[in-house]
This record gives sequence, structure tokens and C-alpha cells, in this order.
Amino acid sequence: MKKRLFLRTALCAFAIAATGLHAPAIQAAEKPFKVGLIVPMTGAFASTGRQLHSAVQAYMKDHGDTVAGRKIQVILKDDNGVAANSRKLAQELIVNDDVDVIAGFGLTPITLAVAPIATQSKTPMVLMAAQTQANTEASPYMVRSSGTITQVTSGIAQWAVENDIKTAVTLVPDYAPGYESEEAFKKYFLAAGGKILEEIRVPMRNPDFAPFLQRVRDVKPDALFVMLPSGPGAALLKQYGQRGLADAGIRLIGHGAITDDDNLNQAGDAALGVITSDYYATSHDSEMNRKFIETYKSIDGTSRPNFFGVAGYDGMHLIYEALRKTDGKTDGKAEGMAFVDAMKNLSFESPRGPVTLDPESRDFIQNIYMRKVEKVGDEYQNVEFDVIERVNAAGETK
Amino acid sequence: MLTILFDGVAYGMLLFILAIGLSVTLGLMNFINLAHGAFAMAGGYVTVLLMQNHNVPFLLCVPIAFLVTAVLGAILERTLYRPMYGKPALDQVLFSIGLAFIAMTIVDYSIGSSEQIIQLPHWLRGRSELAFGDHVLGMGHYRLLIIAVCIVLTILLQYVLTHTRFGSRLRASVDDQRVADGLGINVNVIFFSTFAVGSGLAGLGGAMGAEVLGLDPTFPFKFMIYFLIVVALGGTSSLTGPLLASLILGIADVAGKYYMPKLGSFIVYAVMILILLWRPDGLFARRGAK
Repeated sequence: MKKRLFLRTALCAFAIAATGLHAPAIQAAEKPFKVGLIVPMTGAFASTGRQLHSAVQAYMKDHGDTVAGRKIQVILKDDNGVAANSRKLAQELIVNDDVDVIAGFGLTPITLAVAPIATQSKTPMVLMAAQTQANTEASPYMVRSSGTITQVTSGIAQWAVENDIKTAVTLVPDYAPGYESEEAFKKYFLAAGGKILEEIRVPMRNPDFAPFLQRVRDVKPDALFVMLPSGPGAALLKQYGQRGLADAGIRLIGHGAITDDDNLNQAGDAALGVITSDYYATSHDSEMNRKFIETYKSIDGTSRPNFFGVAGYDGMHLIYEALRKTDGKTDGKAEGMAFVDAMKNLSFESPRGPVTLDPESRDFIQNIYMRKVEKVGDEYQNVEFDVIERVNAAGETK
Repeated sequence: MLTILFDGVAYGMLLFILAIGLSVTLGLMNFINLAHGAFAMAGGYVTVLLMQNHNVPFLLCVPIAFLVTAVLGAILERTLYRPMYGKPALDQVLFSIGLAFIAMTIVDYSIGSSEQIIQLPHWLRGRSELAFGDHVLGMGHYRLLIIAVCIVLTILLQYVLTHTRFGSRLRASVDDQRVADGLGINVNVIFFSTFAVGSGLAGLGGAMGAEVLGLDPTFPFKFMIYFLIVVALGGTSSLTGPLLASLILGIADVAGKYYMPKLGSFIVYAVMILILLWRPDGLFARRGAK
């Protein structure tokens, strides 16, 4: 008994001595600037995590890993797309790993679960994916480098009205992002004199679109507006073709998610001619985008960057620029707000086009492009044919 | 209206192909196999991989999917399932649901979690219309194929069960394993082949269903509830029960989603509750069984 107690005390003493000796040694050298990247690398949303992680690596390959004398270190954590995991991982990263910024976050529930931790620990949080508009309200320390559903949807709604679409049916998944898209489409479509014939909400785990599409066919709108994640989106596109809705004169328009560049090639011919709006397309014609794609493919040759990929790239840019503006001196945690303030109003050229971080919503003011799916070479692409410039998070033109 | 009925029938037939294997193992062998959906998923992925990586034509993939999953079922029967036959129901449930989890994770790890998409040959993508006065019946060609395959399968299975020596041996083994054994029937072989065919049918259903139902690693759980409803409603004593149950389920689901999109997926459960209140043992309960 005595012996064991002695052993334990000795161990403790040794442990304390060890940390005590090592800690100053680390601080003496230039402390690395740590970014905790929490994304789903496995599970149903693994493609989001893969896109973000590859794009973050691509940015660092293009821009080096040292900013204002600080070495950037990215710590990747896989949350499997489950909010409880993300919350735990965020705590660990902030408390144990002493990260300066947390970034990533594939889904809205995850974002909302982690936001209070960012607020309490005053850690800047760069949201790179989850697009529900209200997300950034959850913490003043949050900025978003993707876009919002409302912002993206406003584009296609306005385009529809200008292009002789007078009646429409909306089809969205039965969960919060679906409602937001439905709301946004209605807002802009009704305001311009359009008429919604029916609002269909499909169950999240929906096996078969047949009955919903048959309903659309019988209601005979000018267009069917769809917002669906890319997997089910491709299934819907195929059934849209097979059911002969196009022959019945019903056009298919949608939020850019249904023609996700990451797996548009899989959907194949079924997607041809579909018109959507979004803030980024792989085919975007600019020198910077070509370079981005080249670097991205050198890291992950099996996919091509989509709207999440570009958000990962730009999210890193926000972090790099803020660090440069604060001269590398910001200890992210002590002066989290100063770091966030440094990101506000940043204007730069992104692979998607010009963006500005709106200081109010902490979202990008960016261009929303109208695109049509075409076959370019042997790949399917969202080809941009029109643009609405400088749209804010609420879908208004600034 | 007619189109909805047609879609409902096609959907029901698909569920029938998927669930019939479960009905066989549950009803004939008294084994609760919750991993049934994993066999269906295996069939689906065999099809997807063959089509995407080796350009095998779709119609050839379907029988291959049947064979591969049947062999897989046979191997698992010999190694894992057989020791479980005598165990209590709870052990069987825990064992087979564990298998389903393993299968899902293997697929997620090796192939990826994204939804897989099949490119059908051109002639299956079209649609034909028939007009009866005011009513128009629109039939997707793929759905016609599903219905045809299902009808052929039903006739074949019914014939094997009722008109062949194998069928009578199978029924004898199920009714009383010990007596059948005593009469010189090799019960192990009978169960072995039945299980393999049941798994193969699930694989076939998975291959046919990938186009309509979508295919991702969560498939076994997404559809387990549908299979169980089919078996619960149809009873497990005959083929007609599950067939009728599948059709009711398919038509109710499609019609429900068409006429009341808001209630959508709830209709199926309402129908199940009503039928079970009316006939707690399913539509075609065998008198005196168990």
C-alpha cells in the first residue's frame, strides 16, 4: 500500500516536472499557428470533408505554410457528420491542442453545436460548408467562406421570372435547409409575379421519387424547382427524364446542389440542360480558377473541386490574411475578436470571382452565376451563362 | 390515376423481390435474419461495380448479382449462421443486426459513402403511354421490366415449392426437423440451399432496385423496416401472402405520396397498423402453426 502510494506520487512528480521543463522550451521557439479542421471524412457526408481537406491542402501548397513568421499547422479531425462528436472534438482541440482557429463543419446541426464553444473560448470559427443562412448568428466569432441557401436560390428564382416561367412547383427535402430554399424561391418568385402551384416536401429518406414527379407532371407547371443534396439529386434528374417531364414542357431548374460538380459526371446525360444557380462552378473561366483546379487535382486526382472545395480554399485565405493583418502577433485565443475583425471587409479575388466579407452577416458578398449543364470534352460541366453581381447572404444585391 | 396504380404495382413488386428471401428464411427456417438488407446491398454494389469498372451490360449484371450474393449467403450460412439456428430469437437478432453493421462499414470504407448511380441502357429509359378514353397510363420501361421479372420469379418459386421433390422436402424439414431427418432427408443441405437462394434473391432485388431506390451504405437499414412490414403483413407461410402485402404496401406508398404529399411516408405505417389490428397474424396466417 505504502509502496504503491509512493510510486504514484513519484509518477505525478515526474509528470509535472516533465511538462514544466518542456513548456517553456516550446514557447521559446516561434509558436506554430494551429488550425483545427473538423470535417466529416467518413459517413454519409464524407465527400464534403474530402473536398474541404483537399482544398485546404491545395491552398497551403500554393501559398506556403508560413505567414508573418508563424508556421501554419492544420490538425484534421473526423467527426463522422455527427454533432456530438464535433462538439467534443472542438473542445479537445481548443483545450488540449491549444488551436488558434477552428474551421470546417459540414452540416448545420454541427455548426450550431460548436458555436457556443467558439463564443465561450473566444476562438475564431471559420465555417466552410453548412449553408443555412442563420448559422452565423450563432456566434460573433463565426465567419463563413461558403454561401447561404437563400443567397444561391435567389439567383435561380429571379432568372425564372425573367425567362417566361410563370408557374412553378417547388420540391425540397423535408428539413430546415429545404424549407429555407423553398422560402427563398417563393420570396423572389412571387415578388416578381410568379405563381407557385404546389410545394412538395419529400422525406429525407425517400426511396422513390415516382409519385412526386407524377404529381408535378399532372399539375403541369412551367418549371419544377428542386433543391436536393447531390446523391438524391442525381436520382431525381434521372427519373425526371424517364417520366417524360421534359417532353411535357416542364423545365427543371434548381439550387446548384443538385448538379454538384463533384459527382455531376456520374449523373451523366440525365443532367444535360438543367439550369441552376450557385456561387461556384468548376468550369468558371479565370486564370485563378484554373490554377486552383490544377493544385487541387495534384492533391486529390479522383475528384474535382465543387462549391465546398472553393470554400475551403477561401476559408484558408481568410485565415492567412487575418494573420498577416494582425502581424502574426495575435494569439488567436486571447484576441479572438481582433482576429475576426481583421477578416471583416476583406475583399479579394477568389477562384469563384470577386468576394467581400460582409462585416454585418460575416458572410461573403459574392456573384451568383446562372449555369446550364453541358458536355464539355468528355466531362459534364455547369457552364456559366449569366451572373448577378454582389449578392449578400439574404439574397439582396449590394 | 392508372399511372399511379402502375407505379405502385412496380414498387410493390420490387419490394416483393427484396423481401421474399427474408420471408423464406423467417417463415420456413424460423430464423430472424435482420442482415437480409445487407445481401440486397451486396447485389446492388456488385451491379454498380461491374457496370462502372468493367462495362458489363446491365442485363448480365443482374444474374451475376444473384449468383454472387447466393454464394456469399452460402458461405455465411456454413460459417456463421448454422450455429445460430438453435439459439433464442434475441441472439439471432443481435447476431444478424451486427452483421448488417459490419457490412455497412465495409462498404463505406472500401467503396465510399456517396450514393451510387447506375446508367441504364437506352431502351430501358423510355416510357410508353396507353390511353383509355380520358385515362392515360404511362409506363416506364424499367418498371415494366421489374414487373415481368417479379411475375416470372413468383411462378418459378411457387412451382418449386409445391410441385417439386425439393419443395416437399423443404416443407417437411420445416414442419418437423427431427422426423424429416429420421426419414433420410438431409436437412442441413436443404436449409443451406434455401438460405443461399434467399440471399441470392435479395441480391437480385438489390441489383434491380439500385436504379429506383438509390444505393448507399445505409441501404440495409433504410429498407429493413419495409422488409419487416412485408413479412409481418404477409405472413410467412406462403408466397401469396408476401406478394399481396408488397403490392398493398407499394400502392399505398405511391398513392399516399401522390394524393397527400404532406403525409407522405406515414401512409405505409397507417396501413400496416390497420391491417394488423384487423388480422394480427398477417393476411394469410397458417392455421395452427407455431
